[in-house]
Amino acid sequence: MNIKTYTAVDSFDEAYRLLKKSKKNKILGGGAWLKLSIKEVDHLISLEKLSLDQIQVNKDYLEIGALASLRDIEINKDILSLDGGILSQAISNIMGITIRNLATIGGSVMGRFSFSDILPALMVMDVELVFHHHKIVDLKTFLSSRDYLLDVLKYIRIKKQDRRSFFKKVSNTPLDFSIINMAITKGDRFNIAIGSQPGLVMLLEETMGFLNKQVKITDQIIEEACDIAIKESNLGNNIRASKAYRETLVRTYLKRGIKQVTS
Amino acid sequence: MKIKLNINQQIKNFEIEPGDFLLDVLRDAGYMSLRRGCDNTSCGVCTVLLDNRPVPSCSLLALKAQNHQITTVEGIQEEADKLGRYFGDEGADQCGYCNPSMALCVYALKLENKDAKEEDIKKYLVGNLCRCTGYVAQHKAIKRYLGDAS
Repeated sequence: MNIKTYTAVDSFDEAYRLLKKSKKNKILGGGAWLKLSIKEVDHLISLEKLSLDQIQVNKDYLEIGALASLRDIEINKDILSLDGGILSQAISNIMGITIRNLATIGGSVMGRFSFSDILPALMVMDVELVFHHHKIVDLKTFLSSRDYLLDVLKYIRIKKQDRRSFFKKVSNTPLDFSIINMAITKGDRFNIAIGSQPGLVMLLEETMGFLNKQVKITDQIIEEACDIAIKESNLGNNIRASKAYRETLVRTYLKRGIKQVTS
Repeated sequence: MKIKLNINQQIKNFEIEPGDFLLDVLRDAGYMSLRRGCDNTSCGVCTVLLDNRPVPSCSLLALKAQNHQITTVEGIQEEADKLGRYFGDEGADQCGYCNPSMALCVYALKLENKDAKEEDIKKYLVGNLCRCTGYVAQHKAIKRYLGDAS
């Protein structure tokens, strides 16, 4: 891998200035996918001096530093109590502990990997991203635009809530990327996200709207919700699974998920 | 560029390129217990401990290991020997290619969880691939080792 220069910056200003200088300048997260995703970097920027590896608990929300490792998040007691521990559960399904010790939440979010198991879980929680330049951006807005990729992510804020939740990852082998992953939370309203479609994670807005207006969730309503979900999602083929198989998986796990969060 | 790495509690100097990964730097320096397998974080045989936590050295930039304590199996020789005897007793040892990384992970598990159950052992070792044993004998050996150690 060709990295011309490496700097551990002393301030967010310095990191932002370096990042904006060239498209070939990159911020280093955990580096877990560095080898697979980038071949050449002019200036690799490390945020290691900026104390971003902490998880802070505030009155209404948790603030996770962008360099917090996935393993630290997975076993954090406060995160285990958020929305039924959905984020911890999603992380615990990612490969082995060695990689979870290396990978960071900031790298996972900024990488916007379509196979990410973390993004569906974050999508159904109440999440804001704190950037150096753009300040506070909600996760959905971040994922819908490339405007934020040349900014420095500092923290991930998650509102404290304890709703019922469901998370499912399906993969061909435990160490492989997901064929499909699905996250659901249910408090007053349903929130449903699917990822690895094989494209980027999305919220199933129509399905959520349909379920949220129902007085009672019956088997018939769940079947109809599955039809809507399959129609509105972007399920497709790739090397890991066919579109038809993904449709079957979405129907199966959406049924189970809705039943789990409403039982 | 010049860096200093703390390996098995010894400070050593290295001349590296910014894009060099820890696996290559350590193997070039003679730490041959680190094995090269998949080279993309999937197999686990390149594991080192960074501040007593197992990480894949194939994907860790050597630069990022500065100011941290790196441990290879040479640094836990006594514990590795003990575990090796349990592996031998259970017939859990064949080609041995994955043994150094297994030993490091078991050592880290022992530090992290003094009362690890079978399920904890299995979860902790996910990603440490062994193509000889089928894992059952290894898990038995590790369970006995941890049980006797506690």
